[in-house]
Formats: sequence, C-alpha cells, structure tokens
Amino acid sequence: MTTRRRADPDPVPDPGPALDAHLVVRRAGFTLDLRLTVAAGEVVALLGPNGAGKTTALRALAGLQPLHAGHLRLGDRVLDRPDTGLLVAPEHRPIGVVFQDYLLFPHLTALDNVAFGPRSHGVPRRVARDAAAGWLDRVGLTGHARRRPRELSGGQAQRVALARALAVRPQLLLLDEPLAALDARTRAETRAHLRQHLAAHTGVAVLVSHDPLDAMMLADRLVIVEDGRLVQSGDAATVTARPRSDYVARLVGLNLYRGSGDGTSVTLPGGFRLVAAEPQRGDVFVAFPPSAVALYRQRPDGSPRNSWPATVSSVARNGDRLRVELAGPLPVGADVTAAAAAHLDLRRGERVWVTLKATEVVGYPAVSQPTG
Amino acid sequence: MRRRADSFTLVAATALLAAGCATGTGTGSVSDGARDDAVAGVTGPLTVLAAASLTDAFTRIGADFEAANPGVSVTFSFAGSSQLAQQITAGAPADVFAAASPATMATVVSAGEAAGEPAVFARNQLVIAVPDGNPAGVTGLADLTRSGVKVALCAEQVPCGAAARTALEAAGSDLVPVTFERDVRAALSKVRLGEVDAAVVYRTDAAVAADEVDAVEFAESGQAINDYPIVTLAAAANPPAGEAFVGYVRSAAGQAVLTAAGFQSP
Amino acid sequence: MTVTAPPAVSRRRRRTDRRPPVFLALPALAGLAFLTLPLAGLLLRTPWGQLPARLTAPGVLDALRLSLLTATAATVLCLLLGVPLAWLLARTRFPGRGLIRALVTVPLVLPPVVGGVALLLVYGRRGLVGGWLDSAFGVTLPFTTTAVVLAEAFVAMPFLIIAVEGALRGADPRYEEAAATLGASRWTTFRRVTLPMVGPGIAAGSVLCWARALGEFGATITFAGNFPGRTQTMPLAVYLALEQDLDAAIVLSLLLLTVSVVILAGLRDRWVGGLR
Repeated sequence: MTTRRRADPDPVPDPGPALDAHLVVRRAGFTLDLRLTVAAGEVVALLGPNGAGKTTALRALAGLQPLHAGHLRLGDRVLDRPDTGLLVAPEHRPIGVVFQDYLLFPHLTALDNVAFGPRSHGVPRRVARDAAAGWLDRVGLTGHARRRPRELSGGQAQRVALARALAVRPQLLLLDEPLAALDARTRAETRAHLRQHLAAHTGVAVLVSHDPLDAMMLADRLVIVEDGRLVQSGDAATVTARPRSDYVARLVGLNLYRGSGDGTSVTLPGGFRLVAAEPQRGDVFVAFPPSAVALYRQRPDGSPRNSWPATVSSVARNGDRLRVELAGPLPVGADVTAAAAAHLDLRRGERVWVTLKATEVVGYPAVSQPTG
Repeated sequence: MRRRADSFTLVAATALLAAGCATGTGTGSVSDGARDDAVAGVTGPLTVLAAASLTDAFTRIGADFEAANPGVSVTFSFAGSSQLAQQITAGAPADVFAAASPATMATVVSAGEAAGEPAVFARNQLVIAVPDGNPAGVTGLADLTRSGVKVALCAEQVPCGAAARTALEAAGSDLVPVTFERDVRAALSKVRLGEVDAAVVYRTDAAVAADEVDAVEFAESGQAINDYPIVTLAAAANPPAGEAFVGYVRSAAGQAVLTAAGFQSP
Repeated sequence: MTVTAPPAVSRRRRRTDRRPPVFLALPALAGLAFLTLPLAGLLLRTPWGQLPARLTAPGVLDALRLSLLTATAATVLCLLLGVPLAWLLARTRFPGRGLIRALVTVPLVLPPVVGGVALLLVYGRRGLVGGWLDSAFGVTLPFTTTAVVLAEAFVAMPFLIIAVEGALRGADPRYEEAAATLGASRWTTFRRVTLPMVGPGIAAGSVLCWARALGEFGATITFAGNFPGRTQTMPLAVYLALEQDLDAAIVLSLLLLTVSVVILAGLRDRWVGGLR
C-alpha cells in the first residue's frame, strides 16, 4: 500500500490580486450602493444591522446576484460590468464561499464535500481526495473524512465548510455569518481557529457579520453598512472610538449625537447645547461613554459645564454595573455602580441631575471620510 | 352505445330502404315466419346487446321500432359478440342478444340464459376492405400476402376473426397480418385511417364506411358466411318488448334495413 | 402449575406507540378491503390444477416478456424526457408555465383509447409526423414494439413528471448555488448535486411510471395493434382470453399480478423513499 500523500500548502505566500468593487444592486424598496476596495491578504468585515444589504453585497461578489450598475474587479480580471454586459458566472470566478448554513452536500462524505471543488475544476478524483484529506487535517478533522454532514456537530460542519471553500485556493474568500449558527462556547473556539486560517489565506477575504465581536476579532478592517450604504470604514479601534452611526455607537455602548458646532459648544437638534473637550466647527458628531455620565440628587456645586435635570426611564443590569436610561432634554445612557444606584434611590420616574464633564465629550467631523 | 332517435336517422333509414328496394342488393327474400308489425301496446325500456357489426343497422331498426311503438325506449350496447356473451353469463341485465356467430350464441344458450330457441335473422359475408382508392391495388386474397402489404384481421376469438381464418384456410393462404384487432369496427378503423392497406371485415362494415373505404369481394368468402342468431334472454326485465323486437327484426321492415346494409337474408 | 391472579391494576396498558384512532383505522381497513378483495376473488377462482398447463401455453411467456420489456423501455424513455421537463417546470420561470404543466397532465385524464387514436393521427402512416417518417425514411411506427413503448410512455409520463417536479420543488436550490461557487458547471451541478438529492423522488416516480406502463391497454391496442410476440402485451392477452375462456384470463392476470408484486415489493424502502 502506498502511504497517503498529503497535499502541501504553498511554501511561499503569493500576494494575489486586490479587490476593487462598486456594488449597485436595486431591489424593491432597497438599493445597495457600496464601494469596496480590499488589498491582497486583507480581511474585511461587512458589519451592520439586519437588512443593511451585507448579504446582498456578498452574493454580488460571489456572482449569485448580478450587479445593476457599478463594477467588480478582482486583480486584473473584471468579473461584472453591467454597462458592457460583462458578467462572469460564479463557477468561473476564483472564489470560495462559506455559507451561513454551511450547505454541505448531504449525500457526500466530508471528504467528498471538500474534494468537490477541486474535482469540479478537473482535478482527478484520487488527487482531489488526497488534497481534501490534507485540508481536513489542517482544520483539525483528521478522523472525520468518512462522516456524512448529518453526523457532524455544528463546529465540525463549519470547519468542513471552511476546508471546502479553501480547497479551491480562492483568490476571493467570502464568509456569510460564519459563526452565527454556533453556540457560545463553540463559537469562541471556532473563532480562534478561523482567525488562524484567515491569517494564512493569501487572497482577499470578505466576511459578513452582525456580531461586532466576531467582526473585530477576525477582520483587519471593518466596513459599516447601513441601508445599503457604506457609513464608516476603518480598523476596529478607529471605528469604535469614533462611531459615525447609531448602530456602531450602540454596538460599542457609546452615547452618540450629531449637531452643529460653533466653536464653543455643539448645538444638537432641539436646541440643546453640549460643551465638548475641544472646540468644534460645522457638522459634527459628539460621543461620550456611559461611564462619563454622573448622577446627583440635586444640582451639584462646582462647574460641570454640561448639566441638566432628567428623569429615570429604565434601570437594567449591565455586567457588574447598572445601565440607567435617562429621559430629558437630552436622552442619555449612564453606567453607575450598584452602590451609587442604591444611594440615589434610582427608580423609574425618579428625578435626578445629570452632569457630564466636557473633557469626556469627544467631537469629530461628521463629513464622510474617504473609504479605506 | 345509445339509440339515436333523431330525425336524420329516420330520413336516412327511409332513403336506404328505398335505395335497397331499387338496387336490389343481397339475395333472398323476406323470411316466411315474419310478422309485419310489432304488437301494439308494447311499452317500457328495452335493452339490446348486439354484435359490433350490427351497430348501424340495428340503430336504424331501433329507431323504426320506437316509431312503431311509442312508449318503448330502446338502449343498445354494441361490442364484440364474445365479450357480450361473457357479460350475459356474468349477469349483465339485458332483454335481447343478437350475436355475430352461432358459437358465441351457444355460450349463452348453454349457460341457460336464453329464453327459447335462437333464430338466425341475417347472414354476413366477408369482404376485403381497402382505403379509398385502393392504394395497394388489392384484387383478392392473393394480393394480401404480397410483401409490403399490411393487413389487419379480427382476433380469432371474435366471430369475424374466426370466419376470416376459415376463409383463409380454404384458400390455402399463409397470410400473416400486422395486427389482430379486438372487434370488426377496430379493424375497419385501421383501414379508414390508412394505417393498413387492407382488412378482412364484413361486407356490412365496409358498406357503412363506404365513403372512406372500398370493398373488394373475394371468392373464398362464400366458405365462411356467418349466421347471426338472435334470442330473448331468460333474465329479461321486459319480455314482451323483447319478443316484439325480435319479431320486428325478422319482419319485412327489419329485414329491409338489414339487406340495405349489406346483410344477406337467413 | 398454579396460576396467580394478576394484581389489581388498571387495565390501561401503556404502549410506546399509540394505536391509531378509530375514526382513521376503520376507513383505512375498509379501503384496504376494497383494494384487496378483488385480488382475493381472483385467487379463489384460479383453476390451480390447470396452472402448469396454462402457464406453458404458447404465447403466455412471450406476452409476459414483452410486457416487462416494453414497460421498462417506456420508463427509461420517460426518465430521459420527463426529468428535464420536470426540472424546467420546477426551476425556471417562463410565461405559460401553468399551461404547460396542465398540458403535461393531459394523458392522465384522457381515456387511453383516445390517447391511442391521437398517437395514430400523429405517428400513423398518414400522420403529421408519421407520414414524414414514412416518406423520408420508410419508417412506420404502428404495429411495432416501438409503438407499444411509445403508447405506454405517453400514458405513464405524467406520473413521473409530477413526482419529480414535486421532489425538485422540495429540494433546496441553495445547494446548487454552493456547487456553482465551488466551480461546478451547470451540468456537473445537475449530475452531482441535484440528481442525487432528488434521487428518491425520481425512484418513486419511476416505479409509478413502470407500473402504469405495465398495465396499459387502450392506447397500446389502438396504436400498436395486437400481434403475439410483437405487440401483444399481457393486458391485451388477458382481454382477448376473456372473450373465450375466463380461466385462461384469470391465469394470465394472476401471472402478471405475481410478477408485478414481486418486483414492486422487492424495491427497498430506502430506494423509493417517496412511496414508503
């Protein structure tokens, strides 16, 4: 018997092509208009609320959804250009897709699932199966080659799906909510595992997620998509420090407002004025964390320059603190310790005084930054 | 099949009667024991099972009978005689049975389903039916065995087929047909559609389809003439009407219709 | 041996699978009786003593062989034409799709003899297509074994199409998308993903198709005629035997029934998932 030869991984990583896309897809009641540029070796996460168009964008990249306008270029090859009528079908694109439900072929074993891609590209069956076995090793599923998808756990199935997508050596790797179907513990393991493979992948990778933690851990860059449009793009630190949309703000737990700065303070819609750490001019965002908000029974002494009376609208647990939502001239969320809450006797409907140090209020221009 | 009591049939029947009298087709004369008219006062429903080859003739006779006996409504069922015989022995409700061969009638009689003795009311002779214009140029039995000529025969289990076999044996023919049809009308329809070049059917059937089919006589047909017996059935629901109908068939009026259709008198 | 009385516990026995309710069990039993009593009648009336002689009578085995052969050939024809048609109906949108689907089921409601006449009018010697075949190639279809296969396929194909269309509708088209993203051409996807996934549905449809083809009478005798060894299938043989000899007809029917039941029962459940 000959010993099984494992397919070797590429000894020298090859930079591969970059992705340049302007995705326009029109649907009833919704239009996706997204510009996306990804460098070779980069992992970009499309992050946004449900219905934002992330999956539509992914399907357009895969060729499962034709563009209505714009273009899609991978390296020096144009895959979709509606105005010249050029459209490359998915089977001719150098892509690999990991689907949300994995979509492992139920009638094939794990090995044959992974070998499916290479075989479809004309690789002889024996060679394809050897390569598939190599990939299964690499995702840590050595003994599972002969199992059917229904015999695999969620985490195992996810890894087979990943191996299947990687086995075709795609220049563009697409992942649609790769961790969504997993329970919390498996998710953490699989996330680490996936991160390794994405790092090793030399082509372009675009993943879609509605979970910011997954996105931040797996991707080099976040692209926030809301209502079919790109709202913000940048690495995780930048995006979370200076969110440009309610969605991200809520995601990272910041209080975010948009208003007009006149140098000394920022006027928010409704006339409320906030003093920020630094002078701001023009159309600006202002943000501050809930922990920056202090609550008092009466108007405090001293000169906090932002202070106003408010009413408690809800109190909820938030880790080891309490998140207090306050209604008033400016609705804010505040984080207080349990002790402080007890001392203040915080209950729904209670009147309190809110103060906010100007130094904690961060302002930044609202004009869209150039996309990354 | 149901009776057709429309006026068209009545007119056609009258026309054919006249034509029959004028051209004098067929041999023989009206049978002696026939009564001229039905017994007055016969009423009610009447069910007659008759051989497929009697379809057109009996339909006309039925209409005439109803005209002569208002109050009677005749329902016919036409099919292969052997199939009808099987139905009768299995208990199918009917008043009268008219068969295309003594053999099929014998099945019914020996099963005790006949009320009285069957009487032969007509005879039928075979002809070769060919599509209009005789494309294969058939002039007799010998032409049927020419290569390339497609022939349909009735299955031997039905009277027409048995008669054809007798005639072919008498002629010493080794004819192999392309199909053995289940009854004589099915064989005839193959000729009408042009699917076969010839079929051995009754003269009466060829006459019915005279506009689409030509009839070619052949000498050996005289060796296998079928007698058609008729009888009222033991389990008849309407015996008086049944008897009256049998009488009408054997009467001058009925015989005239049969002769016009191409049957020979018994 | 002494018998001790059982302890006085409630008579209700706990079963892991519950008995079917009466309002379902009674009609079900009635339906079963309705379907099987005629078979019992046939068995009771069989002239068992004459069986060997009758079974070896000339033409009997010919008719059986012809029936099995033509039914199988008809099923193969139905698969070759019917599966793609079912795919078209299930997976593509085109104007008039509903009408096409209705037309495809016409042989189901058409009396078989009428179907046979229609086939003659098209494929007969003077038919629309048949006339051309005759003049161009000298090929005539009626009265041949091929005609039997065509007649049987005509009446049986709707069964296959309906079963396969149903199976295709139930199959998730996203698997085909996944296959495309892995580089599979449309043919490869159809062959390696779609077909295997609807395999049980196709098998079930094929069984129905085969059974219907086997029992076909009216279209066969009208279009293909009746000639022993060439076009006389079992149903035709039974019909003609009935003209003369009830016993012969019963024996032939019993033979056809036995062979069919053996074949159908022999198909494993898991191959024919839909007909379980």
